[in-house]
Amino acid sequence: MLPWLTALLIVLLAYGLYGGLVMAPADYQQGDSFRIIYIHVPSAWMSLFVYVVMAISGAIGLIWHIKLAEIVSISSASIGAAFTFLALITGSLWGKPMWGTWWVWDARLTSELILLFLYLGVIGLYGAIEDKRTAARAVAILALVGVVNIPIIHYSVEWWNTLHQGATVTKFDKPSIHPDMLIPLLVMAVAFKVYYGIALLMRCRNELLQREQNNRWVDEILEKL
Amino acid sequence: MSDFWHMGGYAFYVWTSYGIGFLVLIIGLIKPLMLQKKILRELVLKRQRNQRVSKS
Repeated sequence: MLPWLTALLIVLLAYGLYGGLVMAPADYQQGDSFRIIYIHVPSAWMSLFVYVVMAISGAIGLIWHIKLAEIVSISSASIGAAFTFLALITGSLWGKPMWGTWWVWDARLTSELILLFLYLGVIGLYGAIEDKRTAARAVAILALVGVVNIPIIHYSVEWWNTLHQGATVTKFDKPSIHPDMLIPLLVMAVAFKVYYGIALLMRCRNELLQREQNNRWVDEILEKL
Repeated sequence: MSDFWHMGGYAFYVWTSYGIGFLVLIIGLIKPLMLQKKILRELVLKRQRNQRVSKS
């Protein structure tokens, strides 16, 4: 399955990047700097999406003791952290030319930074506890407590006065963005989802190999090498 | 073409964003791939060791 997903990712990325960097017209206010959107917004969406996946699978592992759910949960953490980091960095690189500053302590930016710390907390906590099943339970509780931050991030641009602009796509009205700009953005968003699938599968496989190393199916894999 | 690279004067911000984005995503795939190789190598060694112990 991985080769197929990788091929799909490359096609989507190629189409999204071509549409975003070449075909889409420059923004009338922001000029070409708006093209950062094609990295920034998909990463930011994914930073929330991955967190929700991590928390839900953590909860499933916690309630029904399903090992696979624990593995999905912990494997998501570092991917989510990478997306969050990207959203913050590209946001900063976009903020400098448009707002005149790399960083402001406003609601959207601060809550996204807290999200990064939540991810790092999850990773650190999991690494600190020797017994992996106990670790997974501790991490799931931390992840679930942190879920409160997700709606805060999403609605931060409405609840507080912030420098960050409001939603342009995820609102009930028609998106206030032209299709030529929107379609590459959506393609990039799907590409990032596929990337998450690939990275998640790879990490789950590693985690499983390590946990189940004395199992028969591991023997069979090793014999084939 | 040079217009494309120039990005209306925002080249530094745009290309740095894309560069970092690309780098982070690639590292996110290479790291688990290398870890997988390492795990498999260690497991093979472990099994060879166990076989030797059981023979002697």
